[in-house]
Amino acid sequence: MTTTESTRTSEPVLQLDGVRKEFGGVVAVQEFNLSVYSGEVVALVGDNGAGKSTLVKLVAGVHRPTAGQIRISGEEVTATDPRQVRELGIEVVYQDLALADHQPVYMNLFLGRELVTGPFRRLDKKRMARETQALVDELDVRIPSAKAIIRDLSGGQRQGIAISRATQWAKQLIIMDEPTAALGVAETAKVEELIDRLRRRDLAILLVSHDLDQVMRLANRITVLRRGVHVGTRMTEQTDKNEIVSMITGLQAADERA
Amino acid sequence: MTTTTTETAARRRTSLGSYDFRPYLVYIGFVLIFLVMAVTLRDEGFLTSGNLLLILQQTAPITVMAVGTVFVLSSGEIDLSIGSVVSLSALVSAVLLRDHGFVAGIAGGLLTGMTIGLINGLLVAKLRLPSFLITLGMMGLVTGLSERITRLQPVPSTNEVFNGLFGAGSLAGVSTLILWSGAVAVAGHCIFRHTRAGAHVLATGDNVGAARVAGVNVDRIRIGVLVASGACAALAGMLYTGRLHGATYTLGSADLLTVIAAVIIGGTRLKGGVGTVVGAVVGSLILGLLNNGLILAQFTPAEQQIARGLIILVAVVLTLREKKT
Repeated sequence: MTTTESTRTSEPVLQLDGVRKEFGGVVAVQEFNLSVYSGEVVALVGDNGAGKSTLVKLVAGVHRPTAGQIRISGEEVTATDPRQVRELGIEVVYQDLALADHQPVYMNLFLGRELVTGPFRRLDKKRMARETQALVDELDVRIPSAKAIIRDLSGGQRQGIAISRATQWAKQLIIMDEPTAALGVAETAKVEELIDRLRRRDLAILLVSHDLDQVMRLANRITVLRRGVHVGTRMTEQTDKNEIVSMITGLQAADERA
Repeated sequence: MTTTTTETAARRRTSLGSYDFRPYLVYIGFVLIFLVMAVTLRDEGFLTSGNLLLILQQTAPITVMAVGTVFVLSSGEIDLSIGSVVSLSALVSAVLLRDHGFVAGIAGGLLTGMTIGLINGLLVAKLRLPSFLITLGMMGLVTGLSERITRLQPVPSTNEVFNGLFGAGSLAGVSTLILWSGAVAVAGHCIFRHTRAGAHVLATGDNVGAARVAGVNVDRIRIGVLVASGACAALAGMLYTGRLHGATYTLGSADLLTVIAAVIIGGTRLKGGVGTVVGAVVGSLILGLLNNGLILAQFTPAEQQIARGLIILVAVVLTLREKKT
């Protein structure tokens, strides 16, 4: 397809091959091909109802494709099991944040994977708080304390926590579904900085976003869906906003084999 | 310029005024009520060690059920069947005790409560029905069973080992009622605050979706809290049976609201996600103090009822006002 992809030597972190998804008789995603490599941000764009959320759920292991293959670091995902996907090193930052509002930051970071100590398997709150503090310091997410209650944090801080949690566990790929949709300008800038920092840590990021300016700023490549059809993938530096818009709206026909 | 200064000043004032004192309300309330009663009811013998121990003993079944209810409410569910489980477990326990002996009596009582809890849990978790409706229905069903099982006849308990172990006796000078409620409170507190299960109960009540995507088995949490609640209610029923040397179908019939009030006053959030076992224990002691004080002050039962209702209303209003964000 594109030049960089053919010159890459490493295996893609995420590879979708002819992925198709039908719900009953309705085709949500027709035939989708995409490879995502570590150290790059790939943006997934498209209008409402284009199939972006379905695609995210397919990769997250919530849905199973009707046809086609999903490989994570070469290993095929077979079961419909979010846990298997997570064990393979993929984390999803959901649009609704998915944080427990009345719990402290560190319990959210370790939710479902709490550290325990001693013969009675007592929660190791000190260690969880310490490791949380170290992580948010490293990622420059500024919160009053790892013991702060989520509810007392701003929207940007919360999104920072949600992304930090994904970072803590993702060894390969983080999928972000509209990570800045609910945020103000300054907070959006902070989250974008954070995404850039994760790329430099050699993680792969699949970014779902409506904000084309943001996509042009952050993504290495942009892939477009329209009504379940994979319109095409572009290198960000070889395209512009106008081309992406015409791909989204259908002014430009789909590539021969996207 | 002047407006900005006043605005900042105003903001500073609100931030001081809106200091969230509610987590400590239950402890402040406990001390205040205790002091008021110590002064006003001194001549009625409120402060004697005998009376204070009596309060602890009388509160024990409520405390035991309050611990279970902390788990249920924190997980975002509610168990309205606990009061009815008290009487059915007590009756089953007393009948088995009479006909089949000590072990059958204890096992039968506990199993009754846990089975009802399990049915509640399965209906809530597997059919995704609201626990409010399921346990409301269960309350009616179990109340009917309690009335039917012995045709409204009380069942005496003549097994002195059972009576001693569950309420009438004492160990090293401490009433077994106090020992049981203390043990349940300590165990409940440790599980709630210091285990993964406790953390998962809170997360489930706080944000089910978040808990689920984080790999928490929310169905198991919901079933677990309702079984625990049933077990606590059954233990409370056996404590009544032991203390009163017998069981009747009316046991526990007034306990549901008392327990929920104790837990809410203690600082547990009705909508889930926030809970405290220590607060619930203190909450149940506050209600026990009030009960005792109103009797010592020679209020008639109707007046006691009015006073209790008023105090619970005030406490709940103070506790439940959600912090403005």
